[in-house]
Parts: sequence; structure tokens; C-alpha cells
Amino acid sequence: MPERPRILRAGERAWLVECSEGHSAALAAAIEIGPCAQLIRDVVPAAVTVLVVAHSPSDMTALRDHLRLHVAASSAGTDELVGGRTVVVPIVYDGPDLDAIAAEAGLSRQQVIALHSGAVYSVAFFGFAPGFAYLTGLPEQLRLPRRTNPRPKVPAGSVAIANLQTAIYPGAMPSGWNQLGTAEIDLWDITATPPNRFGLGDRIVFEETQR
Amino acid sequence: MTHRNGAATVTVNAVSPGASVQDLGRTGHMHVGVSPSGAADVCSFTLANRLVGNPENAACFEVLLGGFSITLSSDRVVAVTGAPVSVHIDGRVVPDTARMLLPAGARLELGRPVHGIRTYVAVAGGVEAPQFLGSASNDALGGIGSGMAAGQQFALGRPDRCPDLPTELALSRIPDTGAVLRMHWGPRHDLFDASDRRRLVSQWWQVSDRTDRVAARLTGDPLTIGSIALPSEGMVRGSIEIPPSGEPIVFLSDHPATGGYPVIGVVLEADADVLAQARPGLRIRFDPVTPTEQ
Repeated sequence: MPERPRILRAGERAWLVECSEGHSAALAAAIEIGPCAQLIRDVVPAAVTVLVVAHSPSDMTALRDHLRLHVAASSAGTDELVGGRTVVVPIVYDGPDLDAIAAEAGLSRQQVIALHSGAVYSVAFFGFAPGFAYLTGLPEQLRLPRRTNPRPKVPAGSVAIANLQTAIYPGAMPSGWNQLGTAEIDLWDITATPPNRFGLGDRIVFEETQR
Repeated sequence: MTHRNGAATVTVNAVSPGASVQDLGRTGHMHVGVSPSGAADVCSFTLANRLVGNPENAACFEVLLGGFSITLSSDRVVAVTGAPVSVHIDGRVVPDTARMLLPAGARLELGRPVHGIRTYVAVAGGVEAPQFLGSASNDALGGIGSGMAAGQQFALGRPDRCPDLPTELALSRIPDTGAVLRMHWGPRHDLFDASDRRRLVSQWWQVSDRTDRVAARLTGDPLTIGSIALPSEGMVRGSIEIPPSGEPIVFLSDHPATGGYPVIGVVLEADADVLAQARPGLRIRFDPVTPTEQ
């Protein structure tokens, strides 16, 4: 948690705003509807930051002035993003790293499954790939580092964990995370409005099923 | 060769890997993990559109290392910008390759560039390719866009008047043996010690052959920061990311929305256009500049 959240320059037309964990979605939402909204091309919440991209480099000073006010308002409150739906995701716990996860955590497979499926996760932010949502709320015993050897490709629907988060892969793509299982769910449809199935602030619950 | 509704069309006769339809990208979707994408060399792209009287954002063909051929169903003005290439129409050399009239049914062919790597072909009226999230740009990393194959046909928009822009002024900035890329420090330059910052800006890096629309990956005397724990955060085109190996990765148009390694600086947009034309082996140097607005 930054002592005094900074607003850092990211090139000619973007500011990277620091914030505390769990508050980036709410800060991003406030910025998007705030008085400087018309200056802004994109707002990208992440774990402890919000990137704000301006339409024009000449608006950067004015934008930063607005962002300072947002940061001050945000530090004053406990504004976590609430609302959203609860989505239950069926999962088969058949991931290639399940045994390695259990060994590293000092647990049995069943305990890992119980912990992972027993938690309620929050869609905190997106990144890495279209529709890739970082889900926070991973139980402490399952907080393990990324694999030393990333995989060049994991199948769509793979469910994985790393550090503080769990995630479902919206398509086949590279992954350095620990693979626990497979979920049957379509997370991304470019023709839909919006294309992402999960929204910021949604709650996600995994329900174990068999193949 | 015309569409059902009578619109004029462009047919792609031949295409090499790495060619795609591009416009200025799909901004405003990074919050769901979608890269803005768009033309790799924005300066050359917008110039091509201006030469044929198109709006700057009209879709064009972005060609990598030549090997591209089209035929139109009606006479149109065509512009070719970016990496210089030989242009032939029905086998005859075109003397001024910046802008030409391509008659209906004639075959336009691009040769391979010697300097630079990306060439833009704009057709008056613009190429009408399927749009996803507001853009026709092909994002190879995110898997968004319609791709391009030999035999594929696109409709063309209605042309506007071509401006009287003298083509002598239609210049693209193409790096030859070396390029100096201006950059702003940040957002994470404070994570690097003074010797690493000096290392970044005091050597000639080399563009490796692992270079594509996503990023230009450089080789040289590595920075020493190693592996540090930094949560992923949003990033922009031009970001100079330092992975654990210490050799910079400079992100281009198909950059991911977020990245997990520290970004020490960001290349200015006009100079990211130059980097988008860099052949493997090109030497580049970073030149830190102070932003005009502090």
C-alpha cells in the first residue's frame, strides 16, 4: 500500500495512478464518470494501479490535476467496487499441476480442491489477453509463485493459480501459472456486447464436477 | 468482380505472411484486456490515406517485406508509403510509387523493401473489412480481426477527391543503419539503479530477429535488475519493458494491455513509428527527453 499514492508518467499521453489493493476497480470507475472523462481514451485498472490514457498529449497537465483530486477522494474512503452478479463456474479438477500444487502447499489434492472451490472470488481487473480476468480472493494456503517453466500453450478453459489470484483462460494461449483444472465456460465473444462474460465486481464461485 | 450491391472491390491476388488489414485501432477496450492494435507505423499509414483523399482512419493494407498484389474492380487512386518498394502495374514499372492511378482489372505488385519492413497500400475510398470492437485492425496477439489470404476480396468505400499534395513531400521515416529513439523516463525508472539507467541510454542496442507487431526485442549489454516482484499494470505502445534477462523489449502496436515486468521508459510515438520499420540487425539508441508538460 503506497504511503502517498503517486501519479507516474507513462509516455506522452498516459498517467499511471498508484492505489491500494482491491480499490483499483472503484477508482477506475470514478475516473470514467468524473469531470475529466472527456479527456480520456482508456482507463485500465490493474492490481495496484490504474492507467489513464489521454486522447491528446496536450491534455496531460489538466488530466493530472483531475487525477490528483480522484486519488485524494479515493484515499479518504473505503471504496471497493460492489454490485455485480454471482457466476457459478463448473470445474473439473484435472489440471496437470494439481499434484505439484498440493505438494508445494503441503496439502492433499482434496484439500486443495476444497480450498479453491470453497472461496468466493472477485473479478478485480482484466489484462494479459482479451477477456482474461484476474480473480482475487485466493485462499492464503494456495498462494504460490508462478511456474519456473511457463507453458507455450494451455487449452481454453484452463483454470490456474499464481500469487494472489486465480484465473480462467479465455482461449488457448501461453501460461506461466499453475494449472488446477478445466472450466466449461465461454468467457469471450467478440460479437457480443459486451464481449466479456465477466464484469468488474462480479463474484465467481467454482463448483466441482466430474467429466 | 463487384459485390452484390454493386460496390467496387479489391481482390488480394498474392500475400506474404505478416500482411494484414489495419486502421488506427480499437481504443477504449484495454480494461477488458484488448490491445488498441492498429497500424505499426502510424505516420506512414496516415500519409497513405491523405494521399488518396481518405479519412486518416480508413483501413489500408499493411504489408510486411513486400510480396503483395491486388486488383481492383474499378479505377482508383492508390498510394504506397512506408518501406520503399518497387511497384509494377501489369508488369510495367511505376516511376512515382507514392501515388498512382490503378486501372480496373490491372494487377498491382509490390517488390521487397531493402530499407524498412512495412509498406502501406491505401485505396481511395478505403478498404471495407469486418469491424470488431469498432476497428478493422488485425490483432495477431489477441486473435481479433479477419486475417488476409490470397483470393480474398474486400469492398471499397466511396472515394473522395484526392488532394493536390505534391508527392515530393510524401516521405516516410525509414531507419537505415541506426536510429535514435526519443523516450520519456517512467513509469518505473525509479526501480532501476543509476548504472542500469545509464546502461539503457549509453549503448547501441541491436534489434533482434524476434521482432513482430507485438514488440521489438533488443540485444546488448543487459541491465542488471534481474527478476523483481511487480504486479501487472496497464501499458502503452512504445513501453520499454525490462524482463529478468535485462535486454529491453519495446512494445509496438499489438502490445498486451498489461505487463508484469517493469517499464523503464516509453518511446515517443513518432519514434515508435520508426522502430516499427526496424529490420533485425538495426542499431538503436535511446535518447531521454523531458516532457514539455511536467
